[in-house]
Amino acid sequence: MTNAELTKETSAASNIRRIAGMDEEGEQLSEINPVSSPLGGAAAKSHSHGAGAGIPDSSRAGRLTSYQVADFPAITGREEDWRFTPLKRLRGLDRLALDGAAPTVEVLKPDAVTIETVGREDARIGSAGIPDDRVSAAAWGAFAEATVITVPANFDGRSEEQVTTVTLTGAGHAPAASHVFVHAKANSDAVVVLDHRGSAVVSENVEILVADGARLTVVSIQDWADGTTHASSQQMKIGRDAKLKHVVVNLGGDLVRINPSARFAGTGGDVEMYGLYFADAGQHFEQRIFVDHSVPNCKSRVTYKGALQGKDAHSVWVGDVLIRKEAEGTDTYEMNRNLILTQGARADSVPNLEIETGLIEGAGHASATGRFDDEQLFYLQARGIPEDVARRLVVRGFLNEIIQQIKVPALEERLRDAVEHELKAGSL
Amino acid sequence: MSTLEIKDLHVSIDTEQGKKPILKGVSLSINSGETHAIMGPNGSGKSTLASTIAGHPRYVVDSGSITLDGEDVLAMSVDKRARAGLFLAMQYPVEIPGVTVTNFLRTAKTAIDGEAPKLRTWTKDVKDAMAQLRIEPEFAARNVNEGFSGGEKKRHEILQLELFKPKFAILDETDSGLDVDALKVVSEGVMRANEDGTMGTLLITHYTRILRYIKPDFVHVFVDGNIAEQGGPELADRLEAEGYDRFLPAAAQA
Ligand SMILES: Nc1ncnc2c1ncn2[C@@H]1O[C@H](COP(=O)(O)OP(=O)(O)OP(=O)(O)O)[C@@H](O)[C@H]1O
Ligand SMILES: [Mg+2]
Repeated sequence: MTNAELTKETSAASNIRRIAGMDEEGEQLSEINPVSSPLGGAAAKSHSHGAGAGIPDSSRAGRLTSYQVADFPAITGREEDWRFTPLKRLRGLDRLALDGAAPTVEVLKPDAVTIETVGREDARIGSAGIPDDRVSAAAWGAFAEATVITVPANFDGRSEEQVTTVTLTGAGHAPAASHVFVHAKANSDAVVVLDHRGSAVVSENVEILVADGARLTVVSIQDWADGTTHASSQQMKIGRDAKLKHVVVNLGGDLVRINPSARFAGTGGDVEMYGLYFADAGQHFEQRIFVDHSVPNCKSRVTYKGALQGKDAHSVWVGDVLIRKEAEGTDTYEMNRNLILTQGARADSVPNLEIETGLIEGAGHASATGRFDDEQLFYLQARGIPEDVARRLVVRGFLNEIIQQIKVPALEERLRDAVEHELKAGSL
Repeated sequence: MSTLEIKDLHVSIDTEQGKKPILKGVSLSINSGETHAIMGPNGSGKSTLASTIAGHPRYVVDSGSITLDGEDVLAMSVDKRARAGLFLAMQYPVEIPGVTVTNFLRTAKTAIDGEAPKLRTWTKDVKDAMAQLRIEPEFAARNVNEGFSGGEKKRHEILQLELFKPKFAILDETDSGLDVDALKVVSEGVMRANEDGTMGTLLITHYTRILRYIKPDFVHVFVDGNIAEQGGPELADRLEAEGYDRFLPAAAQA
């Protein structure tokens, strides 16, 4: 008999650091990883910072960034960034040469959107992102060619026929590197879906550049076959008055670790980050979010929800939000909720809010892990609802908040089906 | 006319210390339209009786029977009992993450009736019933019982009672934790559910104040897993004045 442990707000377990004024630490933080570089525009590809000596591992401002894998020390598993990840199941993405075949790319797109396959030397590469962990840097050093998706300026692609879908199909278990660049030009409005399927051991870097005034939705679906390892660093740079909706959907794979990070290049930027995951027995789904507020008057919302079922199903959600001293007028809220459906599953949820200025609109976070237990099942059944319907009711209701944000009906339908499928597969 | 009949019911639970008998031969018969109040000291087994009727898996029926118009209730699954017309307003309603009140009510109503309710009338019925129970409209969009206060949970139970229209309602301390106004509102809800006088009611309570609104036909005193005495409404007043001392073994009175 499970206890009737109910949803609880865990603000105590979270971490809010307030750094008042320009004290010594605040100074040092901004100097080690300055706002202006390399994400301020012209990126120096060999740029590398020191090893972050003296900077607390727990502050996102102090994290090492570099395009060179050699700049990152070997991963031990004790780092804040890696403490939840089962390193064995990275299958060498952190140690081996990533020279396996990259996932194949298939594209369905409206005429106006262009797709290019470009070499490493392409000037756009690195203009929206820089690796901030070893696995990402390894892929950066190893990818052979990148897929660049460009939405032209003023493009109006809101209707469903105008969705661009990039299907990335894994080419097997030889460790591989992959690079995708999504560029929404000024004042465009588009939806781009990255649909990951098949079997792979792959480290991927996704750069998302949203130009001034553009509105872009990027949905990254991880619907991998069993046994897949996928690490994906998805770095977004959001221009002045631009709006990005970023949706992560983790459904399949053995180890999936998605690190979406958002940065602003101009005032009035707005990012909504959504995530949905459904972890089954043995699956490890990790999502580490970073929102770097370094520009005044930008807004961010992070909403991630996950369901877990089966023995050793494990999810990790870390939400780092940094409001730098110069980011006055910031408005941010991050939330993670987990629903544990069976015993033996585990959800780790860690919100971290660092605030270096008091002159903000708002900053908040919530994290809660609830359990669907026998008492809840009894309650629903006592209202005439059969057991299988009761379980579906709970899970569907819980995840629907995210699904309905996608606003692409066919995609929403597919995700609802996927959730049904997960529930059936869990023989609930 | 329907009858819910409990005969010589023995119920135990499995604890870490082994099997613990709780109900020790309860017999009780409730007809449509009748209201039975059950009063008794803490731990005497009142909630156990209620939960056993509803089919909570924790309770093991060792012997005896529960029938609804002759049908074996104990052989039915929990959800089937509800569909057969039994309703338990719980002493401690649980929170259901992810399920809104609106979604829950519609799903339950559909399950109980075997068909989806007509959308337009249903929406209105829900709205009206909520208004009468003084439940704020925004509760419709909240998750079932999540963050509800004690009194709000109880009102939500009675909202379901009104909407599902069961043959028999078991109200387990629905009056506990209600302020005077809420008690009146909730009592009126129960009476509306029995507007046509055909609902059988088993009302578990510690206080006579709810019995001023919902007049019992019979009062049963529950002590140590059994009914120790039965009577009319006057028995409730006597219990409130005197307590349960005269029913307890001498050793416990010291
Ligand atoms: N899970 C359990 N484990 C151990 N004992 C239990 C459990 N559930 C019930 N009991 C015991 O069964 C007995 C009857 O409990 P029950 O909840 O039916 O009492 P009650 O008459 O409803 O009391 P109250 O007036 O306090 O609501 C109590 O002694 C209680 O401790
Ligand atoms: Mg009780």
